[in-house]
Amino acid sequence: MKRTPLCEAHLALGARMVEFGGWSMPVRYTSILEEHRAVRERAGLFDISHMGEIEVRGKGALRFLQRALTNDASRLAIGQAQYTLLCNHKGGIIDDLLVYGRGEEHYLLVVNAANTEKDYRWLSGLEPDAELVDLSMDTALLSLQGPRSQDILSRLTTVDLSSLSYYHFKEGQVEGVEALISRTGYTGEDGFELFVPWEAAPALWRRILEVGEEDGLVPVGLGARDTLRLEAAMPLYGHELDEMTTPLEAGLTRFVNFEKGDFVGREALLHQREEGLKRGLIGLAMEEAGIPRQGYPMLLKGKEIGGVTSGTYSPTFNRPVAMGYVQRPYTEEGTELEVLIHGKPRRARVVRLPFYQRERRVG
Amino acid sequence: MIPKGCRYTKEHEWVRLEGGLATFGITDHAQDQLGDIVYVELPPLEENLTQFEPFGVVESVKAASDLYAPLSGEVMEVNKGLSDHPEFINEDPYGKGWMIKIEPSDTSELDNLLTAKQYEEYLEGLD
Repeated sequence: MKRTPLCEAHLALGARMVEFGGWSMPVRYTSILEEHRAVRERAGLFDISHMGEIEVRGKGALRFLQRALTNDASRLAIGQAQYTLLCNHKGGIIDDLLVYGRGEEHYLLVVNAANTEKDYRWLSGLEPDAELVDLSMDTALLSLQGPRSQDILSRLTTVDLSSLSYYHFKEGQVEGVEALISRTGYTGEDGFELFVPWEAAPALWRRILEVGEEDGLVPVGLGARDTLRLEAAMPLYGHELDEMTTPLEAGLTRFVNFEKGDFVGREALLHQREEGLKRGLIGLAMEEAGIPRQGYPMLLKGKEIGGVTSGTYSPTFNRPVAMGYVQRPYTEEGTELEVLIHGKPRRARVVRLPFYQRERRVG
Repeated sequence: MIPKGCRYTKEHEWVRLEGGLATFGITDHAQDQLGDIVYVELPPLEENLTQFEPFGVVESVKAASDLYAPLSGEVMEVNKGLSDHPEFINEDPYGKGWMIKIEPSDTSELDNLLTAKQYEEYLEGLD
């Protein structure tokens, strides 16, 4: 099992470790409920160094990304990040990722830990006219999330964070460490992701926790990362997304640009768009007791019409929340259906996603 | 941390006999492994339970786990407080976090369970 540079720091903090995507990762330090609420109300610090980073560089880099990915990378300014999908020829999702525009013909792809090697192989197989370098084992990634994030981080850097907008990044020093500071996250809150050299991570991790203590900053594990992203209805690879699922079914059509020219999967996706979708991603609210979990069937009058892909107890709303796929037209908001929980059908209803959306400050 | 007066299953339930009734719950080790407990599903009154068969489900934020009956018998009482306060199981697994009381049909089944000392050794073997 792979270990992040912060493994010892997690153990020293009393973290419970689990295997995730081939990595030993902290699932919680104290309580998932407490860590979740800390991020919604104050701030939390995550080690997400397991994420993969692949550099794409060289004079054919943009042309290559345009061919490999669904979103339009030509719209990406230097200093900007873009959510995009890597699809196979059938339009199935190989991975979902962020592309960072670091310079002219210079990009960084941030991919799911468990998919890093698969993505690298796939991208290499597309015969890129650019250089691909897997930087995953050189790059640590810390994520500081929650309404207090900017105040906390500003104590450790001279980089102007107030002028850094969502899905943008700046390069500069944090506590003397060269960092890529990105205003992104996977929690539904404001926050920053810091890409730093592997060996610099332990000292920076400790320092951020120290200066954030007065704001109520706590370390947060993957358990709360999952409940936070689910409330914000952000998809997770292996749950909402896989190679049998297309971006259109997953409600990610806005990240597919059919006008930019040809890309892998375009034809299949166009075909699916013309034929009409057979199923779609929905949000689920329970009308009866029980917590829906991944793999539980969804029924309509006893007939299976879909399945749950992610489900949990929502610490923000104190009730279960879930996402899943159902056949059309049952994707319609308000549709009443049943989820089979522990062998018993329980009433539920299709609701609008996301469950949680923060109030954004103006400007 | 492991009360002497209880018997235990390898699935981490405890049972305590008091005045002809047997009280069930899960152990401190179990609640610690599960983390925040957010929901418990318990059987209705008068249901007949069989030793080592599932009698309910306990759900943490992350996952659902079956509960296994330490003894056979009929359900006489259910801890109603847990529906609003499932966290009682985390806070006080051998006290406020008790789950159900049954009328045991055969107390000789106690011989199939672990004593406190045996359970302690069993836990040590898990680490």
